[in-house]
Amino acid sequence: MRLPLLALLAKEPAHGYELKQALEQIFGSAYPSPNIGQIYVTLGRLEKDGLVRGVDVEQSNRPNKKVYYCTAAGREALDEWAESPSEGPRVRDEFFMKLVLAPMTGIADRMALINRQRRHYLAIMRDLVEVAEQTDQDNRAAHLLIEGAMLHLQADLDWLERCQEELA
Amino acid sequence: MSPANEPGPTTAAVQAVNLVKVYQTGGLPVHAVRGVDLRVDRGEFVAIMGPSGSGKSTLVHMLGGLDGRTSGEIWVDGKRADTLNESGWAILRRQKIGFVFQFFNLVANMTVADNVELPALLGGSTPRHARERREYLLGELGLADKADASPAQLSGGEQQRVALARALANQPQVLLADEPTGNLDSRNTRDVLRLLGEVHRQGQTIVMVTHDARVAGLADRLVTLLDGMIVDDGAIAPPRRRTKPGAGDVVELRG
Repeated sequence: MRLPLLALLAKEPAHGYELKQALEQIFGSAYPSPNIGQIYVTLGRLEKDGLVRGVDVEQSNRPNKKVYYCTAAGREALDEWAESPSEGPRVRDEFFMKLVLAPMTGIADRMALINRQRRHYLAIMRDLVEVAEQTDQDNRAAHLLIEGAMLHLQADLDWLERCQEELA
Repeated sequence: MSPANEPGPTTAAVQAVNLVKVYQTGGLPVHAVRGVDLRVDRGEFVAIMGPSGSGKSTLVHMLGGLDGRTSGEIWVDGKRADTLNESGWAILRRQKIGFVFQFFNLVANMTVADNVELPALLGGSTPRHARERREYLLGELGLADKADASPAQLSGGEQQRVALARALANQPQVLLADEPTGNLDSRNTRDVLRLLGEVHRQGQTIVMVTHDARVAGLADRLVTLLDGMIVDDGAIAPPRRRTKPGAGDVVELRG
């Protein structure tokens, strides 16, 4: 969450709660509502690394609030983020380890493992279909995010099918 | 055979008992379906998955009488169906079964509207009811403005959606489908998903062969075939209860 927060701060200075609201508004229901504590912890780390600076702003009748700015070093970190390609998704290592090791150790039947995993993926898909239904049709970012998750699941299911054909 | 698989007084929408299909084309016999027991209750939505060549299509084709069985029984709505002749199957399909394939088989010299209304009219609907049902289905599939077009004027994805509307026109006892989203792009698939979800909530029984996980994710139950046999048959867990509606977790947050 470091760099997305930094990107929001590069747009305009904000305090923690405003950042939480901005994330919710931009990504909608497809994104888990960020925990305010987590946001403050992340802002604290960014400040320690010199990428943001927090300034106390006095408020009448209320405790001071801390508004964060993106620093020059923060700007550089963002440029670097934008310029470097993101990691591609990797195969579900944990399931694969189970699948390969199961017959050696006798802990499970491969066919049963694959069948259980397939139904689990479809249950996740079912969740995603519901999230999509509940997401504002106009929130294109949220729908693209959901679609991306669905395509990944499809690939996982296709791969399970290959495992079943090869190993069964 | 488990008691749940025996044809009994509580009628299944459709049921296969020790169903076998052996193709004898040319040299060696091909065992496409090897003893399948499957009972689908009314209102269930069953997705059938499995690698190509696992017998999925052959199974649903047999359930709809479009492909003859080698041995075993097929029951539709409590009546033995595998012993029917071709015209018997044709009548049964008209009354009880909606079928949608990867290829659409629309009648070329009829309009889209007539293609969709025809099965309802053959099934005994009044013209008014058939028209209302057609308007509803085409509307849900984003095809309201194509009612007067001929099938040849439509794209592959549009023809496929018309075929789905036609299969549902009659509110059949059971909808059998073989890869019904094979030709659709994401947006059209979304319309089809919404309609399938809706008719299922209204009680439509659905048995669907699909590779598309989005479609399979709508089902209550998943049946997996491998080498002509069922290797898995079980419920798909319902969506998790959310404390706050719409608060999803599509992505993982990391601090």
